[in-house]
Amino acid sequence: MIGLALPERLRLRYAKLGKVRFTSQRDLARVMERAMRRATLPLAHSAGFSPRPLVSFGLALPTGCASRAEYLDLRLDPSRATDAVGIVGLDDVDVGELARFTSRMSELLPDGIDVTAAAGLTGAEPSLQEAVASCDWELEVLGVSPAVLAGRVEQLLEADAVQVARERKGRIATDDIRPAIRALSVLDRPRREIDGLGEVVTLAASLSTHPRGVRPAELCGALGSEVLLVGACRTHQWMENDDRTARAEPLTEDGTVCGGLPDRAIEVQDG
Amino acid sequence: MTTLWDRVEPLLWHVAKPARYIGGEDGSFRDLKGDDVVRWLLCYPDTYEIGLPNQGLQILYSILNERDDAAAERAYAPWTDMEASMRAAGIPLFSVESTRPAAEFDVIAFNLSAELTYTNVLNMLDLADVPLRTAARGPGDAVVLAGGHCTYNPEPLADFLDAAVLGDGEEVVSELHDAITAWHATGEDRDRRGLHRALAAIEGVYVPSLYTPRYEAGRLAGYDAADDAPRTVEKRTVADLADWPYPRAQLVPLTEVVHDRLNVEVFRGCTRGCRFCQAGMITRPVRERPKDQVLELVRDGIARTGYDEVALTSLSTADFSGIEDVVGALTERGSSTHDVAVSLPSLRVDAFTVATAAAIQQVRRTGLTFAPEGGTWRMRRVINKLISDDDLFSAIDAAFSQGWRRVKLYFLIGLPTERDEDVVAIAELAAECVARGRRHHRAASVTASVGGFVPKCNTPFQWHTMDSPEELRRKVGMLRDVARRTNGLEIRWHDPDATAAEGIVSRGDRRIGGVIERVWRDGGTFQEWSEHFSLPRWLKALAAEGLDLEETALRARDRDETLPWAHLSAGLHPDFLWDDYAASLRAEGVEDCRWTPCYDCGACTTYGTEHVVASAAPPAGGSQGTGQGLDLNGPTAPVLVGLSSTRR
Repeated sequence: MIGLALPERLRLRYAKLGKVRFTSQRDLARVMERAMRRATLPLAHSAGFSPRPLVSFGLALPTGCASRAEYLDLRLDPSRATDAVGIVGLDDVDVGELARFTSRMSELLPDGIDVTAAAGLTGAEPSLQEAVASCDWELEVLGVSPAVLAGRVEQLLEADAVQVARERKGRIATDDIRPAIRALSVLDRPRREIDGLGEVVTLAASLSTHPRGVRPAELCGALGSEVLLVGACRTHQWMENDDRTARAEPLTEDGTVCGGLPDRAIEVQDG
Repeated sequence: MTTLWDRVEPLLWHVAKPARYIGGEDGSFRDLKGDDVVRWLLCYPDTYEIGLPNQGLQILYSILNERDDAAAERAYAPWTDMEASMRAAGIPLFSVESTRPAAEFDVIAFNLSAELTYTNVLNMLDLADVPLRTAARGPGDAVVLAGGHCTYNPEPLADFLDAAVLGDGEEVVSELHDAITAWHATGEDRDRRGLHRALAAIEGVYVPSLYTPRYEAGRLAGYDAADDAPRTVEKRTVADLADWPYPRAQLVPLTEVVHDRLNVEVFRGCTRGCRFCQAGMITRPVRERPKDQVLELVRDGIARTGYDEVALTSLSTADFSGIEDVVGALTERGSSTHDVAVSLPSLRVDAFTVATAAAIQQVRRTGLTFAPEGGTWRMRRVINKLISDDDLFSAIDAAFSQGWRRVKLYFLIGLPTERDEDVVAIAELAAECVARGRRHHRAASVTASVGGFVPKCNTPFQWHTMDSPEELRRKVGMLRDVARRTNGLEIRWHDPDATAAEGIVSRGDRRIGGVIERVWRDGGTFQEWSEHFSLPRWLKALAAEGLDLEETALRARDRDETLPWAHLSAGLHPDFLWDDYAASLRAEGVEDCRWTPCYDCGACTTYGTEHVVASAAPPAGGSQGTGQGLDLNGPTAPVLVGLSSTRR
């Protein structure tokens, strides 16, 4: 990849599908770092005795869940630029270069992880962790018929509170997850059968991430103890303004970065 | 082919670390071969994290998959949660690459690197639906093989293995493959006995079913070998590592494993002659990889894997004659590897070595570990680990003055001729190291890890007694008493009960097979893991087989007793081992034969091989094993200890 020119800060969008979704977020960070080293990307590192590359991942994806919309931000070090990778201002990057870079990264990453978009950042964008307000999910479950499941969904949406038990710092606490559930419905999809286990039904869910998110497995538990989660895919992550009148993806598949939304005082963060 | 993925996938939501079961490593094999190949399932009988980095298995994996007529995949012991789910769902053992059931493999081969994994071997065979005992297997059942350091006493697993391989696997794996392919060609009603004879004809391959143990008065008295089976099975030795730049593509796992870095073997074998060290005895002679090949393997490996750390592996990497050139080239400014951390496992104990370590770890520092093994100079001469107190102190001074704040020391207790003062000296020596460290930094600390000694086969101590768990616990207690008075000194110790079980399985004869099976049936898998280990389970199994700990593991052996491994050879002359044992009891050291005259241990002469070492001079720095320090601290009176005990 001789002559690739990239901006100092980059946001990547990637998918995590298939077997590789059983790796943890921590595993994925290591896999990403190795791929970036192989791509001879001149990553900037933290200072100190044990320098770490400056890569910040967004919301953690629970182990086992797939996603078509994961993000990470990284920072390059101009002083480490090589013949292979030059570092340029945002205005000098051309779209073809970024496309070459994403396909090279996908090649270097394991099957199932594909970088689908990359774009330069100015540094003024809100951080992924803070700014993503909600996620859309498709959840595959076993154990109940579509009709029964639809009834449970209706009950859950009508409830004022939905208490689930969670382990926090070794103690069991009870939380109300109802406020975090924005939308939930049974999808009308051709159904697949798992040998000896029965028919899979798909749910669509929209879940808040703040102040405390809800995991797909917790949501399924709240739908009944016999509802067994066998597949989950995050389809979107959304940034939004305070009154939820506008929303956008942190980086769209065609490479548009969300630099901030109207009517919201966004704290400018470094990196 | 069959893939079990659709049935395995739903289980993965509910088990710990599901990435253990999905494969997908960079460098892993993608099956594009037809149905007419002989399929190997290479197994490590412990978790994925422990088993994946095993270089022996990776080398065989690489060699087999280069052949057009072979395909190799891998399996590891499923953790207890996964095993329970698999058994409940009727799912057999499967390969991580393609989730292919074990029944579709022609060969199931285990790496045996630790004796306490043997119950997992039985568990994996059971999960694979292979009859446990060789005698019960038919023409359609997989051939069950084992290799690795533990096969020098394969007797405890003899009833479960079709064959065990002694020594280096690079060449013999292809010969085994050819023999098994030829056996397959003899048709559906092929005779397993015929396979066994064909395997036994291969040098380095031991076929236990052709050797019937004979017992007299409750002890092994000899073996009756089938007519065409060799009287003694000799190990295999690869003459030149340069011919074997394997594994070609080290596997890069998706999830974190032990030794998670690029590993490049710089030499095999060791002639330092530490008498407790089985690895050093059985892997002789020393064979170095040419330094240019080492550099090439590191550069290519780093570029291909993306790792930011490489370990130059061997039994004593500071002894590699190309070490300075290799390290210099790797860390040179502007080289493609200059920001890669180079780690040297198994450091020699001296200041020179520390300086090398400091020079190559400017970027990130890995831990620093030294292994004096014995607390006193006398003890260290008994075990021929010829490190003087001054060697250790200069290494410690160098380490703390060059920025390390924490140093780890390895010791053994329960060594031959050990007295209480030798044990106490361990803590005192470690305390002195803390004191020296504190001159450089007020928070300097030392961790002393203490293991219980197991006299292993093919070492000069193979005849010696072994401490009981009670005795080891008493010694640990003494150490803790001393250590409690020293800030900055931490003592860690290996469970004496586990040491006892290791003694049973490494020193026992074929009757231990029944014990292993009982422990396994009693639920005793993952015996390397403290949360699953229980000595009472082993003692109960021993008793049920009419055996006990003292007779099986602890007692001394006479020179004329038939040892369980008497018909197997690592090339070492029994006379050499016995004479070296006698020398140890007189606290006499021997020198390293790479740089001093040959004392004819047998390793070179038996196989017509020799040391492959680039340098005729010993490395600079340490005195140990180079004949430079044998008289240090003056002459010591011989210690009178009987060579064998009649204790029963």
